[in-house]
Amino acid sequence: MSDSSKLSTRRETLIKIAGAVTAANLAQPLLSQSDAEHVHKAAAASTALGGVYKPKLFTPHEFKTLQVLSEIIIPGASKGNTAEFVDYLSANNKELAAIFTGGLQWLDMTMQKRVDAKFIDAKNAQQTELLDLIAYRRNAQDHPELAPGIRFFTWARRMAVDGYYTSAAGIKEIGFKGNGASAKFEVKQELYDQVLRKAGFA
Amino acid sequence: MSQVARSQPVYDVVIIGSGAGGGTTTKVLADLGVSVALLEAGPMLNPAKDFKEHKWPHDYPHRGAEEDGGRYFGRGKGFGFFAATEGDWQLEGEPYTVAPGSQFRWFRSRVVGGRTNHYGRISLRFADYDLKSYSRDGIGTDWPISYEDISPYYDKAEAFIGVTGSKEGFRSAPDGIFQKCPPPRAHELLIQKASQKVGVPCIPARLAVITQKTNGRPACHYCGECGRGCVTASNYSSSQVQVFPAMKTGRVTLITNAMARELLVDDQGKVKAVSYIDQTTRTERQVKCRSVVVAASACETARLLMNSKSSKYPNGIGNGSGQLGRNLVDSTGFSLGAHIPALEGLPRYDSDGMGGGHVYMPWWLWDKKTDFPRGYHIEVGGGYGMPGIGSFSGIANRVEGYGESLKKTIYEGYGTNVGLAGRGEMVPNEGTFCELDPSVVDKYGIPVLRFHYKWTDYELKQVEHMEQTFTEILEAMGGRITKPATPVATEKKISVGGEIIHEVGVARMGDDPKTSYLNKYGQSHEVKNLFVADGASFVSNPDKNPTLTICALAWRTAEYLAEELKKRNV
Repeated sequence: MSDSSKLSTRRETLIKIAGAVTAANLAQPLLSQSDAEHVHKAAAASTALGGVYKPKLFTPHEFKTLQVLSEIIIPGASKGNTAEFVDYLSANNKELAAIFTGGLQWLDMTMQKRVDAKFIDAKNAQQTELLDLIAYRRNAQDHPELAPGIRFFTWARRMAVDGYYTSAAGIKEIGFKGNGASAKFEVKQELYDQVLRKAGFA
Repeated sequence: MSQVARSQPVYDVVIIGSGAGGGTTTKVLADLGVSVALLEAGPMLNPAKDFKEHKWPHDYPHRGAEEDGGRYFGRGKGFGFFAATEGDWQLEGEPYTVAPGSQFRWFRSRVVGGRTNHYGRISLRFADYDLKSYSRDGIGTDWPISYEDISPYYDKAEAFIGVTGSKEGFRSAPDGIFQKCPPPRAHELLIQKASQKVGVPCIPARLAVITQKTNGRPACHYCGECGRGCVTASNYSSSQVQVFPAMKTGRVTLITNAMARELLVDDQGKVKAVSYIDQTTRTERQVKCRSVVVAASACETARLLMNSKSSKYPNGIGNGSGQLGRNLVDSTGFSLGAHIPALEGLPRYDSDGMGGGHVYMPWWLWDKKTDFPRGYHIEVGGGYGMPGIGSFSGIANRVEGYGESLKKTIYEGYGTNVGLAGRGEMVPNEGTFCELDPSVVDKYGIPVLRFHYKWTDYELKQVEHMEQTFTEILEAMGGRITKPATPVATEKKISVGGEIIHEVGVARMGDDPKTSYLNKYGQSHEVKNLFVADGASFVSNPDKNPTLTICALAWRTAEYLAEELKKRNV
């Protein structure tokens, strides 16, 4: 089944639900379990549709910098559209916008001073050298001038982690198996055995 | 401007509030042939459209952080973007105040079904001794009813809404009409073993979730997201399970966006109509009635009754006793979590199950001596929950760094923590009550509540006992508890009043009209056609989450009211 046909069947189910509401003129359509299962499965297939993303807030350079940074923080972040996620929220939130535009600017200026290049134009080793400094809060003690970078990196990491692990790619990678619909809940005996054995109960 | 149409119908009963109490009353009265008008302050609920049960974070560009990213700045919907709350700790234009020196949080939900759309669905019967605590230890007040009075209504409520559980023959957790509880998750089996090792019983959960087809509702499909609302109505919400089906009888008129302002009385002092503000037009309207059932949620009920002042009732309708607003109690709350090495490296599995723990620990020391008077039960958490905003913030912030090593730490840490939460009984005290704030009104001009709240040593000692017990259980399974660097005072460890959202007791029942607001049927001592059918009627707040008891008592009140209507007594 192609992606578009999955989406269209999902749409049909949703239309069916909406239709039930109108028909009864009361808001209590009960989905059957198989309908629920279908909606759950269809929802799984509904990832963002393709096309080139146009940043809402960031300049193309800022956006590119954020993409590169996110990819270093969480390898694979681009598959989770994490930069898009940050851009979307920053466009709607002045505080986040200030944190990210300011932070990206700081990253460029600091890299410029260190190696006479913008962050994305620096060599990979030069990038990680700077990130190794700002990725740890303790470094602010010896290098007070790094404090703004450390503060920014904390935000960049937090949102790269959120953006990635809430994406379809991240959820798959972390191994989340739920959000389905099944007739029965069961746990395999070997899982029980393993846990009890490791905790010394068996 | 009052708009009373001359031809306006007079309803046998006007019910105010469509949550557990109002929903149950509506269902029972409609089944008994009584015509009712049901007033709900919030809008209509459309589960198929409103519930986000099967949604993924990436179905939304903000992933659940809300459109304005508010989640990152401590704002946003209570219990998160995906929850079926339609309410919050603060409502725009509808403030409440807290007296200096007190702390109180009040969660209000304005929508058909109220808080039952999202609540935890833990459904525990009170024990026989819970209703007669004063007789046992001389503290607090006995209920005017016994377990034998309420037990048949627990049966009815459980059979109708559907509750999981197992027969245990345990005095503090009386058995009921149970559906089969699904097996424990892997970490829950471990908690069960550890708990039993330290002498704390741990039994299958009692949740208002159906695991077999019940009254046309399909069985649970185990997606673990009851808090988002259930499109198949496989858990209890008063909206889907009681109000909507009752409307099909043709005897229920649902009036939404109707914020009750005042009960209006006739020359004899009986309620003749309910005045409400139509939220959509901000105009006052009235609905006439032969009797009224107030079930607006305990404190909102007290507020409405206090605001119903007249020459006959200068302190609020039926409040000659001055009991309105007194005896406010929430549950105590305390949680402790730990990292469990035995859960590391476990093959991933679908741990969704029902929305909530599949096991729990009922109070086990009811016949033992403790240095605090009342008990608590323990709820469990853990498993591989759906990743969301903030799921891994704690671990990322702790280990810092970046790259593959950060990803590895996150992967390995996922699902390896468990949490225990205690919910205990608070004894009513003089310093805890609500009253009308003399100088603040809401956006409808209705005077608001001011809260006074105080925990006493009874609750603080109980919470210390929780911490000690939870530590023993977590350590018995090899858990590593993250403890704060410096000791925290018990006053800071216990939940803030109201935070557990079990606030009840502000119009309590009793045999003596001088010390209680309602009689044992939930009927006003002074105003014969005025009834209360929510947690306001509670005399005490045992360590049993209140909703099931609200349903059972509302059922009893509704049957009594139908009988009284038939006899023309109200």
